[in-house]
Amino acid sequence: MALSRRHAMHLVVLAILLVFTAFFFVPIIWLFLAPTKTDGQLLTESPFAFGSLSTLAHTFHRIVTYSGYSVLIWLKNSAIYSFGGTALAVLAAIPAGYALALTHFIGRRVLLAITLVVMIMPATALVLPLFLEINKLGLYGTIWALILPFGFFPFGVYLTYIYFSATIPKDLLAAARIDGAGEWRVFWHIALPLARPIVALVGFFAFVASWNNFFLPFVMTYDSSQYPIQIGLQQLIGSTASFNPANYSAGSSIVVLHRPDLAMAVIIAIAPVLLVFLFAQRSLVTGMLAGATKE
Amino acid sequence: MSVPSAPAVPGERIGRRGSRAVGRRERPPAGSSRTAGYVFVALYVALLLLLGIAPVVYAIYLAFSNSGGAGSAFAHAFNDYRFVPAFEHILEFMAIWLVSQTILVVGLTLLLHNQAQRVGAGFRFIFYIPGALAGAASVVVWLFMLDPTASPFAFALHWFGYDQFNNTIAPGNLPLIFAIMAFWTGAGSWIVVMYGALNNIPHELIECAQIDGANAFKTALWIKLPLIRKWVVYMLVLSFAAGTQLFVEPTVLGSAALGVGVSKYWSPNQLAWFLASQYDEFNQAAAISVVLLVLGLAVAALLVWRGRLFEVE
Repeated sequence: MALSRRHAMHLVVLAILLVFTAFFFVPIIWLFLAPTKTDGQLLTESPFAFGSLSTLAHTFHRIVTYSGYSVLIWLKNSAIYSFGGTALAVLAAIPAGYALALTHFIGRRVLLAITLVVMIMPATALVLPLFLEINKLGLYGTIWALILPFGFFPFGVYLTYIYFSATIPKDLLAAARIDGAGEWRVFWHIALPLARPIVALVGFFAFVASWNNFFLPFVMTYDSSQYPIQIGLQQLIGSTASFNPANYSAGSSIVVLHRPDLAMAVIIAIAPVLLVFLFAQRSLVTGMLAGATKE
Repeated sequence: MSVPSAPAVPGERIGRRGSRAVGRRERPPAGSSRTAGYVFVALYVALLLLLGIAPVVYAIYLAFSNSGGAGSAFAHAFNDYRFVPAFEHILEFMAIWLVSQTILVVGLTLLLHNQAQRVGAGFRFIFYIPGALAGAASVVVWLFMLDPTASPFAFALHWFGYDQFNNTIAPGNLPLIFAIMAFWTGAGSWIVVMYGALNNIPHELIECAQIDGANAFKTALWIKLPLIRKWVVYMLVLSFAAGTQLFVEPTVLGSAALGVGVSKYWSPNQLAWFLASQYDEFNQAAAISVVLLVLGLAVAALLVWRGRLFEVE
């Protein structure tokens, strides 16, 4: 009796977990299958049916060539903004985190406290104030309006601070200093080679945050040629017949997109971040839990 | 992005509150110079001043320097007929999102923690993957999921009597829809965080409870839950701060169906942007962003100084 009750409980738990697996995973499976089908097939066939590779190729071609290869331009813009922002974030965060953890200077604790506050505060809270400032500075519409804010990454500073606090003994650095190594040499030749994992981690987080950002580029760009792919996706919704039917009349010369095309665009847009998630999952999780096991 | 997919998770305490280092000045490490510290933080401090502090100061200046006198930008913003509804919308959204996220994330984490290591890891990975689709991508995915003609969840939409996309995104449904989107992208990351926190609970403690006759349910309720309570509070407070900033979801959803049902000023951030971009009302926009900023700052300061989740020494 006790065994069967336990068995029943186990089945209930499994059922709950499977329901949530469906909730989290079905949209992703659907998304990857949609471009293999035509819009008509999406309505008539099973949501989990695979269409054909030729339809997939056709859909891919349609979305890539759409409106003068706009998707590729948006991808290029996303890459410039994200890699530029990530490079700046790493350049600023690694030495700063190192200094906060392993050097001493007046104002260090205040800087750490401010870093924490800005890190916890939702980044979106700064977007409109940033827009007003960037507008005033005359940087509106330039790549710096995005690269500079993406490069300001207090979370990276905090991660680096935790990493250096936890992994590098102060005695090691002190010994090097006593042996005559200057501060720059200590950082470059001792601390940095030990910090490769955190450089990668800060890079991953900064890249994902920049690539997925919508609000900042939404307010900082004004022309389609400047859009990153996230804003491009929003533009594509406007061209998708099933979501905006009134935009298109029969016989119109405007190229109309369909649901499979939009799904393909989403896959292209998320591909870089999805790859990071899949292949760097362990690192990302470690970062999210950074220091959680530290006493 | 208005609602974070991956929380910026703190480390546990760095050092211990009340340790000897607190309250007195530390000596510099042997041989190190203060100048070096300044050089290493210089670039970050420059970015912090230019992109963290200056915009806040400028927004406050704009909000208070309206030609109508100090505070008039706030008065204009508060009296705008769109201001109160925008805040009502996000409050409704947050009520649904925060309650459901808290119950489901904690519940799912506790369930996963009772599974075999490999099984739990598999589920956690699946729950975590939608985090990669944060931003506009997740909203587009949910456009498909909410379209009764093509969605794999069409059967559920039909149960509720929704046969057309426009029925699904009726104005009354929007807070729930945005809560589902936010939960879908963010819950997995929080489950990973909570799971990590649960793993920090000493195994002996759980074994003792089991020896004393506590079953899995009682162990979860009386041992595990109290020990991860601070993380639950952290999730709630951080999500509250993020929820007030809602922008991408209503903006992208508004692009579909010619924006029927989703106004351009559904959330406070949208309203602030609408005023700035459509009417050049920078002072009013600044006033609204200052209100949102104060909310975000208050929450952050509360967590840092009162929450005791972080240590600055």
